[in-house]
Amino acid sequence: MKKRKERIDRGIKARSEDVFALSSFREMLYLLAPRALPVLGLLVFAPLLGAYWREILMSTAIYALLAMSWDMLVSVGLISLGQSLFYGIGSYVAGSLNHYLSWPPILTIPAATVLGGLICTLFLLPVVRLRGIYFAMVTLVLPLMLLRLVEATRILGGTEGLTGLDPFPGQLTAWYVLQAAVLVTLFGFRRLMGSDYGLIIKGIDDSDRSVMSAGINIHWYKAQVLFLGASVGSFAGACGTHLDMFAGMPGFALDYSIMPIAAAVVGGAGTFAGPLLGAFILVPLSEILRALGALRIVFYGVFLVIFVVVLPEGIFHYCRRKYHQIERWVEVE
Amino acid sequence: MSSETPLLQVKDLSKSFGGVMAVASVSFDLKRGELLGIIGPNGSGKTTLVNLITGFVKSDTGRILYEGRDITGWPPYKVVDLGIARTFQMVRPFYQLPAFKNLIVPLCSPRVKKLAGGRYGDRDAVALDLLEEVGFERDAFVSYKLAGALPQGYLKRLELAKSMALRPDLFILDELFSGLSLAEVAGIVPIIEKMRIQGKTIIMIEHRLKELFRIADRVMVLNYGVKIAEGQAQEVMEDEAVKKAYLGSEG
Amino acid sequence: MFLGTIVYGFINSAILALLSMGFNLTFGISGVANFAYGAVYIFSGFLAWILMHSWGVPYFISVLAAIFCSGCVGILMYYVVIIRVKGLSLSEVMATFGIGMAVMELFRYFDFVGFRYTLPVFVDGSLSFGEVYIDYQRVLIALIAVCLTGFIYVFTHHTRVGLAFRAIAQDERTALTFGIDSDRIGAFSMAFGSALAAVAAIVILPLGTIAVEGGYEVLINALAVCIVGGLGSTVGILVASVLIGYAQTFTANYLEPHWMILVSLIAIAVVLTVKPSGLFGRQKELEERI
Repeated sequence: MKKRKERIDRGIKARSEDVFALSSFREMLYLLAPRALPVLGLLVFAPLLGAYWREILMSTAIYALLAMSWDMLVSVGLISLGQSLFYGIGSYVAGSLNHYLSWPPILTIPAATVLGGLICTLFLLPVVRLRGIYFAMVTLVLPLMLLRLVEATRILGGTEGLTGLDPFPGQLTAWYVLQAAVLVTLFGFRRLMGSDYGLIIKGIDDSDRSVMSAGINIHWYKAQVLFLGASVGSFAGACGTHLDMFAGMPGFALDYSIMPIAAAVVGGAGTFAGPLLGAFILVPLSEILRALGALRIVFYGVFLVIFVVVLPEGIFHYCRRKYHQIERWVEVE
Repeated sequence: MSSETPLLQVKDLSKSFGGVMAVASVSFDLKRGELLGIIGPNGSGKTTLVNLITGFVKSDTGRILYEGRDITGWPPYKVVDLGIARTFQMVRPFYQLPAFKNLIVPLCSPRVKKLAGGRYGDRDAVALDLLEEVGFERDAFVSYKLAGALPQGYLKRLELAKSMALRPDLFILDELFSGLSLAEVAGIVPIIEKMRIQGKTIIMIEHRLKELFRIADRVMVLNYGVKIAEGQAQEVMEDEAVKKAYLGSEG
Repeated sequence: MFLGTIVYGFINSAILALLSMGFNLTFGISGVANFAYGAVYIFSGFLAWILMHSWGVPYFISVLAAIFCSGCVGILMYYVVIIRVKGLSLSEVMATFGIGMAVMELFRYFDFVGFRYTLPVFVDGSLSFGEVYIDYQRVLIALIAVCLTGFIYVFTHHTRVGLAFRAIAQDERTALTFGIDSDRIGAFSMAFGSALAAVAAIVILPLGTIAVEGGYEVLINALAVCIVGGLGSTVGILVASVLIGYAQTFTANYLEPHWMILVSLIAIAVVLTVKPSGLFGRQKELEERI
């Protein structure tokens, strides 16, 4: 007598992925719980943590934003290896506005979000036209070159950076601003990708000539997505700058590239919740492993490879599948 | 615009790929409401001609006029915006999406918005209607199936529906019949005939001559990128050059 | 001064060409972008150093061993990792990027930082051209760059394996039907690219010290040259190397040395706006087979 594992979808899905037929509060709760979890977790319970962990969760939020921005770009087929470009640009824009024009954070952050997004989009616009790995190459090279440019020309404070910037009005404010941004990005991007606009985006990734022959200017859409992703990244950079009260060369460093990518891949690309989950796993983990120094980046690298090769769908997809399916052993003749 | 102006004029169009002339100074006119068949052996430049007209490939020389307007070198999305829609020989639907969701992308195009007076309406409903029109049985819920799970015949019809969703004036159908059974072709022919009744202009590229000749007003033959004959199906097939080039041993 | 600039510009170009050749070759043959390229570069440098200083192996043998081992690392990377994600460009990029990152940071962790990590020059001494003095190592770099370019040209155009390479590069599926094993060629391309990185490391590293940052530097330079020249085109790589190499040397000599980085940046910016696929690149804007 042999047994095999049977997997059955829970019977609330109707017609397609996002349309459900609910018949009880239990089923509604079943759908709502995973969505309410991040909201409650971030806004209500986490402030109860000590100042140290709150600090860490804030940098987690910054990485999570960068990871979601990466995910947005991937959804249209652009593989970015340089999230630090977005972070660095946002950081320098906010820093300069604060340092040279003494704008308060409440103005610099929105300005850096929009301006940073625009600058990055302009930088990368030519490459957006190309398929394949060109985007990855250029995004990897650009921040590292900009870093050396700042070092060589001594503009924007040179190697010293811009120091003594205004901090957030208070830690709790910073906390709520960041977590709200994470939630808005998460649900906003998910909503966007679920809409008809999202269909076009995914279509471009899937078969660009089909979208092109449907009378849609794919370059324009790619530029829009690039702007969205870059803005979120720049926002993260601006917030990080005011948290650290410093804008400088580390903003362009590889840490801000590799960590978000690792988070997105580990969590599961294409869902926005995956990268968020990945960031909330990897960043605190790296904090615990702080003693290891450079070895942490080795771990990210190894994580990245393992997940890409062994579990390419990522943790989130895996969990979601388990959540939506009933598994049981059945006998087979 | 006078009614005599051809809908589409192609003048001396040429394109070479690394020394090979794919299309060599081809010219033809297309009247409104006409169905032009383009035939020719494999590699005779038919698909390249389509790619040139629709802007997917830039021509080396020559001009393309649509309603008297020079559209040479326009990008594909602008060409579509004018009202030229095409299908692809190799279908590439969005496999992970249900069939009707495949039509959302063309239904989001600026052209559809313009035609509908700035509003899109319920795209899902429009998509389902369109699919029913091309023969996706509504009772069997074929439209809700993932495109990846559909057989070739449905995918070809989906491809046709995608172009119909754009409500173009000129259809360019690239080997729509290839890979289909006789019964499936017989299912598509009425759709094309209905388009003609609606006054649409159609260019069909085909290998299935028998089926094509039944519906085509005029046929053009390409060989090695050169137009070797044009006219009524019967006349064209009598032409010595065509016999030699196309039918080879049979002729 | 001017003659010196010309000569050193040529050597700088040769260095850039050597650095980018391996990356370009691997991509040109199997379409795999090896983002672990910089890591392989410093790996071979450190390996040669360890062999020579810790184990006392003679220079020639350790150099050959380093080149050979780098080739093997390339093969290993292909069969262990890349083969599982072949064709998924996202996964390929992520995997090679992760490997490179892990290897380089591992070296940093083991504290391979400092001035003592240098490779000896091949031959000591220098040569003079009028008033320009130039050491033999730089002459050697130029010579090797020229020879390797010639070799690669002959290899890809006139040998069986080389022709198979080009067949794969053009159309993998058709090549498969002709009985060309694309996996073996892919592994070979990784080995070849990695070995080229090792050769570059062996001849270029004696000019400075072996450092982890050097790995990133190499990757940036290789990518910059490939972006400007056009990925997958050997001619493009050469032209881009000469362009950037001379521009850098002129900037360093007539303006200020630390403006050099600006040259690559401007070159990338200009090329990307004028011809996004690079000077000689044929990167498609749309997927193939319309």
